[in-house]
Amino acid sequence: MAGIALENWQEQIRDPKIECMSRDEMNALQSERLVKQVKNVYENVSFYRRKMDELGVEPGDIKGIEDIHKLPFTTKEDLRDNYPFGLLAVPQEKIARVQGTSGTTGKLTLASYTQKDVDVWGECVARGLVMAGLSSADRIHVCYGYGLFTGGMGLDLGAQALGAMAIPMSSGNTKRQLMCMEDFGATAFACTPSYALYLAEAAQEAGVVERLRIKASINGAEPWTDEMRKKIESILHINSFDIYGLCEITGPGVAMDCIHHKGLHVYEDYFYPEILNPADQSACAQGETGELVFTTLAKEGMPLIRYRTKDLTSIKYDTCECGRTLPRIQKFTGRTDDMKVIRGVNVFPTQVETALLSMGGGVAPHYMLIVDRENNLDVLTVMVEVDEKYFSDEIRKLDELKVRVGAVLKQALGVSVRVKLVEPKTIQRSEGKAKRVIDNREL
Amino acid sequence: MNNTIKQLSVFLENREGRLDEVLKVLAAGGVNIVALSLADTSDYGMLRMIVSEPEKGRASLKEAGITAMLTDVVALRVPHAAGSLSKAMHQIVEGKVNVEYMYAFANGSDAAAVLKSDAPEKVVDILKKSGFDVYSADEAYRANQ
Repeated sequence: MAGIALENWQEQIRDPKIECMSRDEMNALQSERLVKQVKNVYENVSFYRRKMDELGVEPGDIKGIEDIHKLPFTTKEDLRDNYPFGLLAVPQEKIARVQGTSGTTGKLTLASYTQKDVDVWGECVARGLVMAGLSSADRIHVCYGYGLFTGGMGLDLGAQALGAMAIPMSSGNTKRQLMCMEDFGATAFACTPSYALYLAEAAQEAGVVERLRIKASINGAEPWTDEMRKKIESILHINSFDIYGLCEITGPGVAMDCIHHKGLHVYEDYFYPEILNPADQSACAQGETGELVFTTLAKEGMPLIRYRTKDLTSIKYDTCECGRTLPRIQKFTGRTDDMKVIRGVNVFPTQVETALLSMGGGVAPHYMLIVDRENNLDVLTVMVEVDEKYFSDEIRKLDELKVRVGAVLKQALGVSVRVKLVEPKTIQRSEGKAKRVIDNREL
Repeated sequence: MNNTIKQLSVFLENREGRLDEVLKVLAAGGVNIVALSLADTSDYGMLRMIVSEPEKGRASLKEAGITAMLTDVVALRVPHAAGSLSKAMHQIVEGKVNVEYMYAFANGSDAAAVLKSDAPEKVVDILKKSGFDVYSADEAYRANQ
């Protein structure tokens, strides 16, 4: 299949009423939902009641979306402190599903969904699939990982909501992926952009590109460039789309880009975006870069008020050429913290530190993370200092230590790492915030 | 008399000039190298040495910020004759001692090898009881005894 050129593209919109709503109507819808949500969290989540009381804000003070700035923030640390079910606004029996992502330390960040939350999630992903030109006749090969990670389940739910065929491949085993893609006649696939490029090159090498029926790919969970998108598109002769989401808010399907690739349309009827100045959390002017903050306007299970994503971006509110009025967040320019996305998995340097300390000796909690991209796949190397007490003249013992460190880190981070043992006291110490990550990927 | 000897072991990161740096520090401290073995892995190297003054060697390396440690090893001495090392090794294996590694040691008219095991004192006993000799520290730290 060939990718469709922009001039021949026929834009499909799943929910024109919402996706093309006027700003006034959208603000009214958001206001109605926010007022209800604030009342809900004040009454049902002690964390929010306490936070609002501390700020002297009552649900009655929130009369519309314009009052959102009066509300308290929620951070990843708040999620950790209330782990696993402390932020629920419904009894635990109402929870239909949990999904998770890495936390800044050893524990996961867990998100809980009611059945309605799951349905909304699927609906948002389905809107994105339609935006990618797909319909109920399509077959969506999902090679995101299934499990606590939201990637696989999110796309699966989207395919279900759309009435399309879901092919739940999960990640890994490229040969098998290509075989199934061909045999099952997949018309779209979803995975991280780096794996998409890897898969595209593997398909090219195996000479199967012409036998595939793929017309679109949906790729997200890690930052990528327009150049990378064009490369995937040109190898497979398809159209590729960027999908964004985070587990805390819902998973993939918070925002997605259209064929015009002028930013990712945010489903703001459910996820209200704000862009705030990282220094003082004041609102940024339109187009100005700041921290992306989300409020889940209709979530039941674990509603979040002004959740700080730490992703840096800007937002545009003008109507897109595709006809949607949904605002567009631009490509991320960075983060306010030192989180890295490795093969779609969020990795925090502090997780490495916690894991090394948990080993109870052998290595010092001094480390350096080096991120490279080899053959389009992310490779994470962790340089670890051997503890002087454990230093051995026997290579076997050092290798055992290396294997042990590798296993502990893989378990803690959810991605495999290359461990490189270095001499004690050779990793730079610095007062205050040490530079712990070197990212050699060009994103 | 103590019949195990001290080996100076140095962890070497795989980077340009690291071995040279280590040797320079030992030279500046007047520490002579009698025997050495350099093992390499994909990440790092392990330099093992018998030197004239192991303690001093370690102290000077430490001062220079280089990680070094002292390990008890046995300097086995066997006649230059076919089968002598085999016989000695057989005795060690019979004694249920694990040999971690071994390297040759050119010293005097006999053949010599540095041997690291999980029970160095026991190796000395076994060897002596079966008619083999080991170098004492005094002999081992000086070349060509």
